[in-house]
Amino acid sequence: MAMNALSATDTAAPDWPVADRQAELWACLSTVSDPELDESVVELNFVTKAEVDPGNRVHIEFRLPTYWCAANFSFLMADDMRRAVSQLDWVKGVSIRLGEHMFADQINAGLAQGLSFQETFGNEADGSLDELRQGFLVKAFQRRQVALLHHLLAAGQPPDSIVGLTLAELSTLPFDADGETLLRRYLERRHVVGPMRPDASAFIDAEGARLSADGLPRYLTALRRVGVNAEFNSALCRGLLSVRFDLDTPFVPDAKAAPVAAQAVAATRPATSAQLSQG
Amino acid sequence: MYTTAKGDEIFVIDGHTHFWDGSPANQKNIHGKQFIECFYAYHSNLSPPSEKWEKEKFEKYDAKTMFDDLFVQGYDDMAILQPTYLTDFYKNGFNTTERNAAMKKSHPDRFILNGAFDPRDGSKGLEDLHALSENYKLKGVKLYTAEWRGESKGYKLSDKPSYQYLEAAQKLGIKNIHVHKGPTIIPLNRDAFDVADIDDVATSFQDLNFIVEHCGLPRLDDFCWIATQETNVYAGLAVALPFIHTRPGYFAHVISELLFWIGPDKILFGSDYGIWTPKWLIDKFMAFEIPADITKETGSVLSLETKTKILGLNAARLYGIDVEAQKRKIRAGGGYAHLPEAVHAPR
Repeated sequence: MAMNALSATDTAAPDWPVADRQAELWACLSTVSDPELDESVVELNFVTKAEVDPGNRVHIEFRLPTYWCAANFSFLMADDMRRAVSQLDWVKGVSIRLGEHMFADQINAGLAQGLSFQETFGNEADGSLDELRQGFLVKAFQRRQVALLHHLLAAGQPPDSIVGLTLAELSTLPFDADGETLLRRYLERRHVVGPMRPDASAFIDAEGARLSADGLPRYLTALRRVGVNAEFNSALCRGLLSVRFDLDTPFVPDAKAAPVAAQAVAATRPATSAQLSQG
Repeated sequence: MYTTAKGDEIFVIDGHTHFWDGSPANQKNIHGKQFIECFYAYHSNLSPPSEKWEKEKFEKYDAKTMFDDLFVQGYDDMAILQPTYLTDFYKNGFNTTERNAAMKKSHPDRFILNGAFDPRDGSKGLEDLHALSENYKLKGVKLYTAEWRGESKGYKLSDKPSYQYLEAAQKLGIKNIHVHKGPTIIPLNRDAFDVADIDDVATSFQDLNFIVEHCGLPRLDDFCWIATQETNVYAGLAVALPFIHTRPGYFAHVISELLFWIGPDKILFGSDYGIWTPKWLIDKFMAFEIPADITKETGSVLSLETKTKILGLNAARLYGIDVEAQKRKIRAGGGYAHLPEAVHAPR
């Protein structure tokens, strides 16, 4: 089942090592999130293989914490991976396979033919993925916003000045390293609820309305449950994945950890592939 | 019965237990195999090492093991048997009302036997529900809105056939509708495990109680919102509670959100036996306090009074159990003989 990454290295153009493309591929996949957990599919250990063949076609395999994980989420993640990877200008084709899932055959067939979720599942699916994707993007936005607001409040920013910030002003505030991360993550999702004009309010709610200083404590309380839910699910998913595939140690894809030396040997984690193929 | 160091007795009703057969001999197909393996992963992932079972025991345990785990080793006084049919995956079903009824028959004072229905079964299903209710005097049912049935991969409580069944339940005196809105039971669509249909029926059926098992996880946030608005919506703690061991911090967040949004009178303990056993869950729960920083944020406190409600009094209210009278019955039957003299002595 596994392709030999070494042979790909051998045949790659010398001025453009497959290692670089491999690293670029992993970096690209890292930007794809589980829609519900709002965490990277790579960080979550879902991606078991990401390889570039001599023809610059990309082969991705992934797995999920349970055999029953929702088909639409599974499809959505695969679709997001395909979209992300297709943005890389050297990619000539993308194949994605989901392993050990009750809908693996249907999903893999649908992905191979470039079908939509609706087309893949026909009458069994109701509602398109776009609505689902949007719903989870809003939740991700809310969760990231709450984290950033808490950070700003803890740093001593008064509520009335926080809610008055424009996007341009927010970006010029001094942040520590943690704050920088929270800011970056927030800005990545801010477009979900409103246009990103520099003079637009930095902090708006899911309906696009500006937050008020007086209402801020209540707003944060109301959204707290979104964050608690996501963290809880993340703990559950990581735990189940770990038991299911017997991950004694956290899985760090070689291509991600060591840019050149180790990655060509195996972007697939050998123990995991063996377990996957045992079924 | 749980007895505190000070001698307070806490009457425990375990709101969520199963007497299942997931053994290979009963598996109909790969789904049956994967289903019990998924349960086993929950068990393995969240149990303390000393509480882990061998796979064979987990697949199928006998009635005596279950009785001991709940009432002798564990602190349960009573347990609610919740059926899970899964007849598409298991030859004789996974955990049917009929199978559970044998447990109830052997220990009538200990078990509350719940039934099940599936609105996709049409008028035949309605007849079956009447028969089930007559046979077993049901006060509750367990529903799986995401269960497969032939071509269908789930239904909503707000569907028209569901209304007919809920109306029938109401007439039959079945007041407690436990709904599995939880993780990993085959949700093809978001709808199948969305909690929004609870909102609809809770409004339409004001005198039924809707107990959302697993407190809507992985939709805790949506669930809290709905349960706040509806007075007849409750949270079952099964699956959430075991995190008290592996991730006490997350459990603290979840329980404090539940207390904040829906309050101490609408949360029900459940072990989800045989996925977990009540002994360690209750030991940890009784010793648990919400950390000060979370209490500061939510104002939620797990007082002894609140714990007592969650562990038994809330379920007793829903099922019309007179706790003192029930204790006398159990004591008279020798059910507390294994406890220290102070507890089991007649008084």
